[in-house]
Amino acid sequence: MLERIDNPPLSAAAGPRHAVPIALPQGPSKSRHRVSRPTWEVVGELALEWLIRLCGVSAVLFVFGIFFFVFREGAPLLFSERFSLTKFLFSHDWYPTSHSNVRYGVFVLVIGTVSVTGLAILIAVPFALGAAIFVSEFCGKRLKETLKIVIELLAAIPSVVWGFIGITVMNPLIQNVFHVPVGLNVLNSALLLALMCIPIMASISEDAIKAVPDTYREAALALGATRWQIVYRVLLPAAKNGLLAAVLLGVGRAIGETMAVLMASGHAVKIPHSVFDPVRTLTATIAAELGETSAGSDHYRVLFIIGILLFCITFTINLTADLVVKGVRKA
Amino acid sequence: MKLATTCIKWAAIVLASAPMTLGCSKKSAPSGGEDQASPKGKQTIQNIGSDTMVNVAQAWAEEYAKIEKDVSVEVSGGGSGVGIAALINGTAQIANASRNIEPEEIEKVKKQIGKEPKEFTVGFDGLAVYVHKDNPLEQLSLEELGEIYREGGATNKWSALGVKIPGAEKDEIVRVSRQNNSGTYQYFREAVVGKKKDFKAGSLDMNGSKDVVELVAKTPGAIGYSGLGYATPAVKILKVSKAKGGAPILPSIPTVHDKSYPLARPLFMYTPGEPTPAAGKYLAWVMSPAGQEILKKSGYIPLLH
Repeated sequence: MLERIDNPPLSAAAGPRHAVPIALPQGPSKSRHRVSRPTWEVVGELALEWLIRLCGVSAVLFVFGIFFFVFREGAPLLFSERFSLTKFLFSHDWYPTSHSNVRYGVFVLVIGTVSVTGLAILIAVPFALGAAIFVSEFCGKRLKETLKIVIELLAAIPSVVWGFIGITVMNPLIQNVFHVPVGLNVLNSALLLALMCIPIMASISEDAIKAVPDTYREAALALGATRWQIVYRVLLPAAKNGLLAAVLLGVGRAIGETMAVLMASGHAVKIPHSVFDPVRTLTATIAAELGETSAGSDHYRVLFIIGILLFCITFTINLTADLVVKGVRKA
Repeated sequence: MKLATTCIKWAAIVLASAPMTLGCSKKSAPSGGEDQASPKGKQTIQNIGSDTMVNVAQAWAEEYAKIEKDVSVEVSGGGSGVGIAALINGTAQIANASRNIEPEEIEKVKKQIGKEPKEFTVGFDGLAVYVHKDNPLEQLSLEELGEIYREGGATNKWSALGVKIPGAEKDEIVRVSRQNNSGTYQYFREAVVGKKKDFKAGSLDMNGSKDVVELVAKTPGAIGYSGLGYATPAVKILKVSKAKGGAPILPSIPTVHDKSYPLARPLFMYTPGEPTPAAGKYLAWVMSPAGQEILKKSGYIPLLH
């Protein structure tokens, strides 16, 4: 997906690079060339070609394979009479191991995921956008290279390390600064998630801004626009599809994140009334509970149905992002 | 349109093949219960299960390696349910559990292996109720504890218990609990909340015994339950009485043995059928005074000898 967004936009620089291999001159002595090529070379080339083709197809196979597996585990309950989809989606009660009254309602968990992700994106967008604008328009070449490397380094930090920071650093900090009883809450996990999705959002936004043709900048300069005016009157409107795609991919990343929110969100089944309330997300629920359910039980299958729900959500988001980027190409 | 029909076709194929693959995967489960002999002739005992017991199981395995050079015990945690699941599909020779095996699980073991699982009591765990060290509260009755944790329970504020937490502005009781399929959660539900009742929603459900104590240590308004072995100086253990006005008891070895402390549970090891000679020898050692000494050092309550 990254690849696609990398080169879509119409940059003139990509042109000649692509053109080179196509324009190889073919002499009249075509048949003689063929004869002189050793057999192993021909076979090797053919094999390599198939290998590459297999690699390309395998990604598709894996995606379908994973969806198939998740669906297979969830399906027996999903289509049984015991299971009510409306109850599953809108009931507030999550009591999967109750002895008296088992209730599988994920509404509160969905609210948890939405609140954490939403706040994280609210925090991350200004920073990511600012970083992208600065890197692509305002800073010198050496600083630009350094900043890009550092931003990508931020993406390389494992999520369990973020979770650890959430528990040991942010938890007491939030308790002391805001005087709230628990530091493991929406704010804590949203801050971590924001930091985690800034790199992907910043680098895709930067590509989108960079892809705006230089003629736009030159025309604006010729009209006497200042640098700031160029950015927000010309570049941002021109790159808006790419920027939207960047935000959507950030959302996808944030929804799917598990370990950091499991550790920092407080993991409480509760609709948050403020950012200082602990919540529980869909992903964290799967991670916490799947390990100890017995395979094949209803609880186990419900966790897989949550997986299907998550898969549908992220699939929709990524598809939207893709379509939005296609919009960039048309423009 | 054409694309849509192709998609439907594929979906139909995928769905049709689902039960087939399911059927296959069941049959291929290995039959368990045998000691696995590695090429060197060294025997390996797989010991999987309860997170509550994983510390002591590890300590036992390390100590046993010094005594029996030919046997290596490999310990992993994951929870009582994981241990029993491993027993069912034959990947464990000994399963650790901090709760009794359930009738359905016994049925599954019988079905898969053809033998009934055998139960060994290897020690006790006192479940302690923890609060922050600055909390002035000293004792609670089981009923008061139930009102805090039970769905519909009335107690949500520290002031309702006549307690003011120093330094905390909010009066709210922060309930720390465990994830809903841990053995500790299930024991606490049975002993405190009520077997047919449920926990009040909105508790912070931690994923490990140690996490509960750590969170309570950092949160002045918190209350939590966890194994006695996880106590640290940063938390306070409450005395618990069986009924309001009854004698409040601090969890300790004598109070668990004479059953005056109400929140104690046995720790079990299960084998599929009769244990293999190596596993049987290991279990006998675990229950011997030498093994029980290690259990005691890990913070649990040894068997009465």
